[in-house]
Amino acid sequence: MNGMADWETDWEPVIGLEIHVQLATRSKIFSGAATAYGAAPNTQACAVDLGLPGVLPVLNEAAVRMAVKFGLAVEARIARRSIFARKNYFYPDLPKGYQISQYELPIVEGGRLEIRLEDGTTKVVGITRAHLEEDAGKSLHEDFHGLSGIDLNRAGTPLLEVVSEPDLRSAKEAVAYMKKLHTLVRYLEICDGNMQEGSFRCDANVSVRRRGQHEFGTRTELKNLNSFRFVERAIRYEIERQIDILEGGGSVVQETRLYDPERDETRPMRSKEEAFDYRYFPDPDLLPLVLEEGFIESVRATLPELPDAKRERFVYEYGLSPYEAEVLTASRELADYFEAAEQASESETKLTAHWVMGDLLGALNKAGLEITQSPVTASMLGGLVRRIGDGTISGKIAKQVFEAMWRGEGDADRIIETKGLRQVTDSAAIEKVVDEVLAAHPQQVEQYRAGKEKLFGFFVGQVMKATQGKANPAQVNEILRRKLG
Amino acid sequence: MALTRSDVEKIAHLARLALDEEDIPRYTRTLSDILDLVAQMNAVDTHGVEPMAHPLDEVQRLRPDEVTEGDQRDKFQAIAPLVQDGLYLVPKVIE
Amino acid sequence: MSLHRLGVRQLADALARGECSSVELTQALLARIRRLDGDFNSFITVTEEQALDQAAEADRRRAAGEAGPLTGVPIAHKDIFCTDGVRTSCASRMLDNFIAPYDATVVQRFKAAGAVMLGKTNMDEFAMGSSNETSYYGPVRNPWDRERVPGGSSGGSAAAVAARLVPAATGTDTGGSIRQPAALCGLTGVKPTYGRVSRYGMIAFASSLDQGGPLCRSAEDAALILEVMAGFDPRDSTSVDRPVPRYSATLGDSLEGLEIGLPQEYFGDGLEPAVAAAVEQAVRVFERLGARVRQIRLPNTALAVPTYYVVAPAECSSNLSRYDGVRFGYRCRDPEDLMDLYKRTRGEGFGAEVKRRIMVGTYVLSAGYYDAYYLKAQKLRRLISADFQAAFAEVDVILGPTSPTPAFPLGARLEDPIQMYLSDIYTIAANLAGLPALSIPCGFAGHLPVGLQLIGDYFSEGRLLNAAHRYQQETDWHERIPPGCE
Repeated sequence: MNGMADWETDWEPVIGLEIHVQLATRSKIFSGAATAYGAAPNTQACAVDLGLPGVLPVLNEAAVRMAVKFGLAVEARIARRSIFARKNYFYPDLPKGYQISQYELPIVEGGRLEIRLEDGTTKVVGITRAHLEEDAGKSLHEDFHGLSGIDLNRAGTPLLEVVSEPDLRSAKEAVAYMKKLHTLVRYLEICDGNMQEGSFRCDANVSVRRRGQHEFGTRTELKNLNSFRFVERAIRYEIERQIDILEGGGSVVQETRLYDPERDETRPMRSKEEAFDYRYFPDPDLLPLVLEEGFIESVRATLPELPDAKRERFVYEYGLSPYEAEVLTASRELADYFEAAEQASESETKLTAHWVMGDLLGALNKAGLEITQSPVTASMLGGLVRRIGDGTISGKIAKQVFEAMWRGEGDADRIIETKGLRQVTDSAAIEKVVDEVLAAHPQQVEQYRAGKEKLFGFFVGQVMKATQGKANPAQVNEILRRKLG
Repeated sequence: MALTRSDVEKIAHLARLALDEEDIPRYTRTLSDILDLVAQMNAVDTHGVEPMAHPLDEVQRLRPDEVTEGDQRDKFQAIAPLVQDGLYLVPKVIE
Repeated sequence: MSLHRLGVRQLADALARGECSSVELTQALLARIRRLDGDFNSFITVTEEQALDQAAEADRRRAAGEAGPLTGVPIAHKDIFCTDGVRTSCASRMLDNFIAPYDATVVQRFKAAGAVMLGKTNMDEFAMGSSNETSYYGPVRNPWDRERVPGGSSGGSAAAVAARLVPAATGTDTGGSIRQPAALCGLTGVKPTYGRVSRYGMIAFASSLDQGGPLCRSAEDAALILEVMAGFDPRDSTSVDRPVPRYSATLGDSLEGLEIGLPQEYFGDGLEPAVAAAVEQAVRVFERLGARVRQIRLPNTALAVPTYYVVAPAECSSNLSRYDGVRFGYRCRDPEDLMDLYKRTRGEGFGAEVKRRIMVGTYVLSAGYYDAYYLKAQKLRRLISADFQAAFAEVDVILGPTSPTPAFPLGARLEDPIQMYLSDIYTIAANLAGLPALSIPCGFAGHLPVGLQLIGDYFSEGRLLNAAHRYQQETDWHERIPPGCE
C-alpha cells in the first residue's frame, strides 16, 4: 500500500458508476445511418437522426442482441418486456428535444461483476441495470464568431448505459470495476472500447460518509471522465473536496460537476444548474420490446468464454500463475494470441507466456501498437519459441531472431537459416574450439587448475565468443569440465 | 384547477416558449379551464386498471443492422437557418 | 363534360376509356382552383408545374399500358404530409419556409400509383383545432356557407373536395380531424385502424392517436383511395404488417343481418335536434337494407374528451420539441443566447392554440403530476377501449352522429377552447381506442350538411365502407353540391 490518506480512518467514500457503452453496430439504433467514427460533420446524420418533421424510429436488432449478450454475461435478468421512454430536455446536440431511452422497464436488471483488488482479494459489484438509449450529437466549441457548431453524426448511435450499485469504496475500486467492464464488453464484441473516440464513457456518483454511518451522504455526479486515469483522479479529488467541506462544517450540494483534466479539479456544470424535469413518458412511436425465450437463447449461444472463466482455465490448463493468467486474459485478442502461439510452439507453454508477456508486449507498447496490429504473428512467435525449446537456438540468439521478425525479415526458421544462427551441437566441432581456447590461454588454465574456479565462466565466454554464441551452452560446459578436469 | 400566473410562466419556461406579457392572463385562464375539464377523469376509479399506451396490442419490430441511409448533408442543410463548414450554428453552448 | 363534378371512380373510368387525358383534367382543375379558391382558402400551396408534369407522365404510362386505377387522377395532400421539394408547412409559421427533403410514405404510394398532386391543403396549425381557424395562412371557409367553418383540422382538404376543386384529398385524424370536417362539408371521410396507414412523413401531433385517411365524395371513392394509402411500412414501428383487403371489391355486399348499435351516450344532451333527426332517418335506411339496430351503452363516453386532452397534449409537447430553430424551419432574429433562441423561436413560430397544448402537455408530464394526469389518462384509455370491445361482442358496427352540431360560424368558438374541444365529443373515442371509423353525409340541418359516423372493430374498414356504400346507393346526400360550386 502506498500509504493511507489521513482521512481514511474517519471517512468512507461511496461510489457508483454509470458507464455508457457505445454498441458496435453498423447502423444507428433507430435509423439506417452509419455509425463509423470520424466522418465529416453531419454526413452520417440522416433524416431520422436530425429529427426532421415526420420521421419515425425503428429499433436495430443488433443493438438489442448486444444488450442481451451483456445481460447474460453479467448474470442479470433479461426483461421479457421492456419499454422505450422519452427523456425530454432542450439542448442543441439533442435534435428531437428528447432522448429515446429506457426508464421504468429497462432491458437488463440486476447483474453482478467480480473485480480483483490490488491486494489480490475479489469483490462483487452489483449492476443495478443496463438500458438501451441513443447517443446525442456533439457541440464543437471552436469559435464560429461567438457561435457553437453542432455535428449530429453521433446522434442516434446505440448506447448501453450500465449503472452500478453504489458498491465501490475507493477511486481504485472504481477504476478496477471500469477496467473489468471494459475488458468484458470487448470480450463480448459489443463495443470497440476506444475511449479516445468516446466509445466507453464514464460518469461517477460520489459521496462520502463517516465510517460506521449507515445513510449515504449527499452525492455529486462527475462527468467527462474519459480515461481510467481521469476517473481515478477526479474521484480522488472529489472525495477530498467533499471531506474538506464536511469537516469545515459545510454541506455538499447535490450537483453535476465536470472534471477538468488540465487543472485536475472538478467544477459545477453551468448547463446543469437548473433542476431538470425530464418529463419521461413511454415513447408512442415505439412499441413494447418483447423478447421470446428463443431469441434470448440464440444470443446465449453466441456468448464467448468470459474473462474470469478464461483466466481460471489458463491456470489449470496451462499451469500458468494467476498473475500470468490475469495478464494474458486482459483482452480476448491477447488471450487468443497466446493460445495460438502456444500451439505453434508445440506446447512450450511457460516459455510462450514468458515471450508474450515480455518481449512481445514490450515491443508493442514501445511502438504504440495493439496486439492485433503486431508485426510478429502468433504463429511466428510460436515458431520462435519452438526453436528455443528444441535447442536450435539459445535464448540469447532468440532475441536477435525476434527483432528480425519484428522488422519483417520473415519467420524464425528462415531468419535462423539465412543468418546462420543455428546452434552448434556437433561435439567434435565444439571440442575443437575448446581445444583452441585452452591452447590460447595456458596461464588461465594453470590458474584454474590451481583452484581459481571462477575462471570457468571466462572459458565459457571465450568459447561462445568464438562460435558467435551459437554453441550449445550445455555441451560447452560439459566438454570444458572434462578437458579442464 | 386554477393555475397562477407564475405557474404559467414556469410551464412556458420548461417548454421554452416566450409568451407575450399581455397574453399571459388569457393563457392562465384557458389552461385552468382545460385542467378543470381534465379533472373530470377523477370521477372514475381506475384502481387496478392496466395503463394503455398504444391502441393495438402489438410488439416492437426489429430492423436488420444495415446501413441504408447515405450522406444527404447538402440537401438537409439547404433548409437550415445557419450552417458553416457542415455544422449547424447556434449561440455559444456552455457546458 | 364538367370534369370537376366527377368523383375518383368516374374519373378513373373516364381516363381508362380515353374520354379525357390526365393533362386536360389537371389543367381544368388547376384553372378551377385559381378561379374559386380565393373564396375558400383551401390550398396553402398549389403545385401547378409539378402537377402538369405528373399528369403528362401519367398519360405516358397509360399510353404504354402501365396505368393502375388511380393513374392520372388528381388529388391533394393535407399540408401535414412531407412532400420532397415542396413546402410542407403544417399551416404554421414555424414551417412556413420548410421545403421537405423527403416524401412521406403516403405521398410515395400515391406517386407510385400515378396520382397527380395538385397541391397542399390548408389545416389547423399542426392539426390542432376543429375549425381550421388556427392556420397561419388564415381560416378556410365552408363551401356550404362561407361565413362558417369547414371543421378541422383537415378543413382545407374537406373544403377543396366539397367545392369540387379536387376529387379526393388526404387528411389526418387525431381526434376527429377527418370525420368532423367531412361531416361539416357533406363528405365521406375515413379514419382507418391505427397502424393501417403509415405515419412516416406525416408530421406528428399525437403519435399514438394520429392516423391518415381519405376525404372523398363517396364511400366508393374512399375505398379506392384507401387501397392506395394503406399498407405496411417498415419505416413506421406502429405500422401493422397485414395485407390490405380490396375494399372496393366488397362494397356491394349485402347488409342483411348486419348488427348496428346505437350508443345511448351519443344521443344525449348537447346533440342538436336537427342532427339527431337526420341520423335517425339514416337508421331507417339501414334497417331497410336489412340491418338490425339496437341500443348499446358506451359508459365511459363522457371521459373521452378529458382523457384525450391529457394524452394528446402530452405527446404533442414532446413531438413539437424538435422545432427549435437549429436544423430547419423558423428561427428568431438575433438570438442573445441559446435560451433566447429556443424561447423566441418557439414563442414566435407557434400560434396560440399550439402553445396552449404544448403547455398543457408539459404540465401533465412534469414532476409530481405524471401519475395524476398522464397515468390516469392511460388507464381511462383502457376503460374506453374496453367499452368498445364489449360493444363489439354484441354488434358489428356502432352508429351515431359525427358531430353534435353542423358547421358553426367563423370565430364562434375561437375564444373558448373548451367549446371547441367538445366539437369532437363523438369522434375522439375511436382515436383513443385505435378503431376505424368513417363519416358520411346523411341529411341537412337547414342548409348545412349533417354527418353520420360508423365505428367498427379493428381492421373492419371493408365492412364500414360496404355499409356506407350501400347507404349511398339508397340516398343522394353525398351527391349534393354546395351552391356556386356546380
